[in-house]
Amino acid sequence: MRDMRYADALHAALLDEMRRDDSVVVFGEDVGVYGGVFKVTRGLQAEFGDSRVRDTPIAEQAIAGMAIGAAMVGLKPVAEIMYVDFLPLTLDQLINQASIMHYVWAGQVTLPFVLRTQGGAGTGGGAQHSKSLEAIVAHVPGLKVVMPATPADAKGLLTAAIRDPNPVIFIEHKALYNTRGPVPDGEHVVPIGPAAIARPGTDATIVANSRMVLESLEAAGELAAEGISAEVIDARTPRPLDTATILASVQKTNRAVVVNEGWRTGGLGAEISALIAEEAFDFLDAPVARLGGLDRPIPYSEPLEAEVLPDAARIAAAVRKLL
Amino acid sequence: MRVVRLIEEGLVERFREGRIRGPIHTCDGQEAVGIGVTAVLERQDLITSTHRGHAHFIGKGLDPGRVLAEIFGKETGYCRGRAGHMLIASAEHGLLGGSAIVGGALPIAIGQALGFQVQGSDRVVVPFFGDGAAHIGMFHEALNIAGLWKLPVVFVCEHNEYGLTVHARHQSPVEDIAVRAEGYGMPGIKVDGNDAVAVYRAAADAVAGARRGEGPTLIEAKTYRMTGFSTSDQGGYQPEKEMAAWRSRDPIRRLRRALAKALAKGRLDALDGEAGETVAQAFAYAEDSPLPPAEEAYAEEFAPPRGPHA
Ligand SMILES: Cc1ncc(C[n+]2csc(CCOP(=O)(O)OP(=O)(O)O)c2C)c(N)n1
Ligand SMILES: [Mg+2]
Repeated sequence: MRDMRYADALHAALLDEMRRDDSVVVFGEDVGVYGGVFKVTRGLQAEFGDSRVRDTPIAEQAIAGMAIGAAMVGLKPVAEIMYVDFLPLTLDQLINQASIMHYVWAGQVTLPFVLRTQGGAGTGGGAQHSKSLEAIVAHVPGLKVVMPATPADAKGLLTAAIRDPNPVIFIEHKALYNTRGPVPDGEHVVPIGPAAIARPGTDATIVANSRMVLESLEAAGELAAEGISAEVIDARTPRPLDTATILASVQKTNRAVVVNEGWRTGGLGAEISALIAEEAFDFLDAPVARLGGLDRPIPYSEPLEAEVLPDAARIAAAVRKLL
Repeated sequence: MRVVRLIEEGLVERFREGRIRGPIHTCDGQEAVGIGVTAVLERQDLITSTHRGHAHFIGKGLDPGRVLAEIFGKETGYCRGRAGHMLIASAEHGLLGGSAIVGGALPIAIGQALGFQVQGSDRVVVPFFGDGAAHIGMFHEALNIAGLWKLPVVFVCEHNEYGLTVHARHQSPVEDIAVRAEGYGMPGIKVDGNDAVAVYRAAADAVAGARRGEGPTLIEAKTYRMTGFSTSDQGGYQPEKEMAAWRSRDPIRRLRRALAKALAKGRLDALDGEAGETVAQAFAYAEDSPLPPAEEAYAEEFAPPRGPHA
């Protein structure tokens, strides 16, 4: 085990996979000479050259399309979209092209590419640099959506994403890049699909992902001091979603709080709440509680931004209300 | 070209009889572009196509029977009936693939070309697209990057004067799409799209250059769709005089006249007969093929993993 920053764990995954497999290429805005605006791709162009690591023009539709085309002919592109807020520019390529090809072309092609991006609020990025848009892509069959919360998952899931024969939208969180945690030495692959039990508990289940896992763990810590045992599930791959782990937990605890940073209406939390209501209704001792971002653009000013986001205090309060 | 024309005539007839689900977009009048360009390509070269792709499919060597089976939604179609006539792909023939999002295949085509460049391969990619697609953002992003990185692509714009019902003069401030090539650092070639030989020559030069690593070319083939946008088109916007003028330039009749000088008497009629026979067999194959069972809708969402060390 090695203590690593989340951003360094991502960098390590890219470095290892590019060394292992010549077909892995990296392109996107500012990823080459500069090494990415969050420095995740630093040094890659120096080691692997400017054919495999390319700075692109500011052209998100082309970046997404090139990932599809290059994957189709045998490369394993890891393309970067600087902010998830720019993902809407790629949606035609993702939704009308990448997501349909394996199925509609009856398995004639596979598309082993990763679209790395980062989202989330908490750093004063304002309404066009702070959103959480995973629900938009997680809605689409044929796309995998991955959101690591810890450095270990950052490395292990990115490695799995690069090796996966399907399009993977890999959404990092800008406020997690400087967080630290243990990462296993050597090859470390975390399969895409299974959720993680971030903290076991018996009285209530908190289902979260990305930075909200950290807030949920903090809430669980507070609750433990009050004698309440909360289980935290990290639903780290919104698609495919590990429904079995979520349901098994709720069947055990009989209470559920679902937390997402994205907008509450029509968000991932709505999907997970509906899942629990449909499949575990008889086990519930209280209604499912659903926390999400306030349905507003993310405001810039610090007290306003803090107000629109779920946090540990609100999560703990939601759990207390169920008991 | 004759095979393509006969296929489309047969499709339109069957659509009218209610035997085909989707509308059919014919390329009648434009066959020389798809056939002339694909004649230059090797099997391992790739093309991307559009909603108007019958000449591209046949030119790239797909079996007419399986193309038609796909259009009839049959199990024996290239995509087992899941694609229909606008989205057909055949990896083994280098058709990857059809797309009904105007301009949507252009970013993918340059990605394929990027792949070939990184791999050091001499394969070439030819995306076909309409004049309407030249006004969408993806066109400009794709040409810019292809020009910048000297990717092995030959962009082929089939300028048939209309984007759906709106004439090009109401869609673009410039008459020729080819002039845009200069802004993206590549040659822009204008060619008579109803002259199969001229198309072939222009494509041969451009493809050879791309293969040698000299970068992309934009070819603009001036042509015309003789019977409207699709089988759903109610008409009324193409002036009769304009249509008549283009009908007199039918690319099949022009090629026939050119070939008549070179081929022995009777040979052309024999070829026409063979084309008719091919198409009749293709329709029979497609119509006799079974529909896919409904359970096939549940086919896997994702490609299976290739193991941890893929
Ligand atoms: C992005 C997008 N916008 C609109 C349409 C509807 N549409 C289908 S074909 C077409 C016209 C395309 O014109 P052009 O590219 O010149 O092709 P042509 O039909 O003339 O061959 C339009 C507007 C579409 N399919 N995709
Ligand atoms: Mg047109």
